[in-house]
Amino acid sequence: MNEQLQFAVEALKERFGGVEKIFRGDVEVILTPESIVPACQTLRDEFDFEMLVDVTAVDYWPQEEPRFHVVYRIRSLKHNLIIGLRVPVDGDNPAVSTIEGVYPNANWFEREVYDMFGIRFEGHSDLRRILMPYEWVGHPLRKDYPLGYEEVQFTFNFDEINVRKPFARRVNKK
Amino acid sequence: MGVEQKLGNMGVVTMRLEDAVNWARTGSMWPVLFGLACCAIEMMAAQASNYDLSRFGMELNRASPRQSDLMIVAGRVSRKMAPVVRRLYDQMPEPKWVLSMGDCASTTGVFNNYALIQGVDEVVPVDVYVAGCPPRPEALIHGIITLHEKVKGESLKDWS
Amino acid sequence: MGLEIFPQTDVTAEQVSVEDIKHLITNRAIEGETMLLNMGPQHPSTHGVLRLLLELDGETVVNCIPDIGYLHTGIEKNMEAKTYIKAEVMSDRIDYLNNLGNNLVYCLAVEKLVDLDVPPRAQAIRVILAELQRIASHLIWLGTHALDLAAMSVFLYCFREREIILDIFELCSGQRMMTTYIRPGGLWRDTPVEFEDAVRNFLKIFPRRIDEYEALLTKNPLFIERTKNIGILTPEDAIKWGVTGPMLRASGIAHDLRKVRPYSGYEQYDFDVPVANGCDTYDRYIVRIEEMRQSVRIIQQALDKLPYGPVLSSNRKYVPPPRSELGTSMEAVIHHFKYWTEGFPAPKAGVYAAVESPRGELGVYLEGDGGPKPYRCHWRTPSFANLQVLPLISKGVFVADMVALIGTVDIILGDVDR
Repeated sequence: MNEQLQFAVEALKERFGGVEKIFRGDVEVILTPESIVPACQTLRDEFDFEMLVDVTAVDYWPQEEPRFHVVYRIRSLKHNLIIGLRVPVDGDNPAVSTIEGVYPNANWFEREVYDMFGIRFEGHSDLRRILMPYEWVGHPLRKDYPLGYEEVQFTFNFDEINVRKPFARRVNKK
Repeated sequence: MGVEQKLGNMGVVTMRLEDAVNWARTGSMWPVLFGLACCAIEMMAAQASNYDLSRFGMELNRASPRQSDLMIVAGRVSRKMAPVVRRLYDQMPEPKWVLSMGDCASTTGVFNNYALIQGVDEVVPVDVYVAGCPPRPEALIHGIITLHEKVKGESLKDWS
Repeated sequence: MGLEIFPQTDVTAEQVSVEDIKHLITNRAIEGETMLLNMGPQHPSTHGVLRLLLELDGETVVNCIPDIGYLHTGIEKNMEAKTYIKAEVMSDRIDYLNNLGNNLVYCLAVEKLVDLDVPPRAQAIRVILAELQRIASHLIWLGTHALDLAAMSVFLYCFREREIILDIFELCSGQRMMTTYIRPGGLWRDTPVEFEDAVRNFLKIFPRRIDEYEALLTKNPLFIERTKNIGILTPEDAIKWGVTGPMLRASGIAHDLRKVRPYSGYEQYDFDVPVANGCDTYDRYIVRIEEMRQSVRIIQQALDKLPYGPVLSSNRKYVPPPRSELGTSMEAVIHHFKYWTEGFPAPKAGVYAAVESPRGELGVYLEGDGGPKPYRCHWRTPSFANLQVLPLISKGVFVADMVALIGTVDIILGDVDR
């Protein structure tokens, strides 16, 4: 591993109790929800990790403790490094503090995670739905949310599906 | 026969009023600018140099639905966009036609999930469906010619 | 004569009331001093279904609030329901101007996850196709950007060139746009005999065409008037807001993933990364034109060095066997059957792979769970990150300049909404 990256990972492990994980050259550090904001602050100020690339989440239902992992990816342009951070979050009332104060572009990324998974970000300036319609109920990317697909119409079930399927048609036309 | 015989060589031809009106309608059908996703790129390619839609009178895409008579729904329609499609269709003056371009507009194509409406004919009545993902510009032109043939067979009472 | 719709369809238009966005607009809008204008989802210049709420003081934009989600397709959830090979079909449609680039990043992620090698001929052809796709994407960008600024002939010329590139794609894969030609382990199959000649013919004529576009636009006083000093994005803001791609390079920072983290053999080719220092719309135009020239350079080198050899990895667990072997080898039949019905298993871990798409950093976070389907496939798309900067760069411009700004950020709504 690169030296600068080694220093950053060691600092995260000592100060915030992170657990290091390396897979196929990708370095990830597993942190706790309380320590993510000071960890990001440290990375940005001391180790020159200036650009937040991505914030996303993974759902491990039916495992409840923890149910979600919020995954951050931060890039250092100066030293040409990339590091991943993972925060395990519990299933009921999932909440993490926002890192919008450290990296302003986390705004839309965290809105998307809230929209898709239902994880609330405390301190976020504008937490509302971004991709789904405003009154949508439910969080689509959770594993217990159905895919919502429509049954395929073959010849044997053509007529029964036709009855239920909504169609728009003109009244006076043939 | 009749009037034509009497008029001789005056350069007058007679036809049914319906034929004349339908011929005029197909000659310059203006689409409303409604490209949603990938099919919009193929629609733009059909309007550009190699496959020219201007020879069918369609080079103008009117931005306002009030000035157009054809809506080419090019691309996937999501649940958030469906009311907008319906509202635009309602704002078009009659006569109006809808051409559903591509698999996603006709039957949702590859994506069978919560986020898209399963075919735009759930919200607007469609006249011609063009298949393909995305359909080649030649397929779109074939769809437009099919629509022209359908229009030529309409009667005046359909739109009065 | 009316329109009858079955009662089951619930087509109701939802409204965003002013209370919902009260924290985003200034007090002057609530008092009525400034006007809230809706630049709606259907608009000739929004390059797709983007909705902008503009707060206007006369003709000057005080604030701009983008409202996205009108093309949300649920691709990430749908990919979890399909095997790795079937899910690749959906990847074409995310950034629909950069189809082969999307395929490439997905295949890089899958290959990283299952530790699969790619033969050098496949890597070289991947580079050629990705650079051709970059030229095609920049051509559409140039055509529509110029069209929005009322230079209509550039639109027709750009599409003429793009047709030549699409002919090359159709030669290889049979499809103009959604090719799915780049597969995990290499390519779908080897390129036909006419491929090299077709690409060389294109490379012969294309540099002169770029000169034509530049002759029309670069020193045109109208174009300069409409793009100089519009949409200034300082380098500090660009890094703070996570902007990548030509927007970052036009602010003076030379960060290109093909140079700093090369993939698929890019380190063998010699090319420059165009950088400009003006931070405005005109400089982004200059950067993208120069990128097209550099892409021509890369394709030329890749074609000259194109090695012979197989285009698919020989690891039969992850790659289908050639059909010629199915008649003679029992193992090939078993591999073929397992590959096409069940798919291949992936380890229980997550990887991140990123490429430089024409818009910026396009990345895939792929997590497997030991089975044949991706457990989580997240797309880090450049347009979603770049669009966040639009309220920042549009403060104080006129409404007519908003059109230029949307064009210069180069968004594709399929990327933004996925």
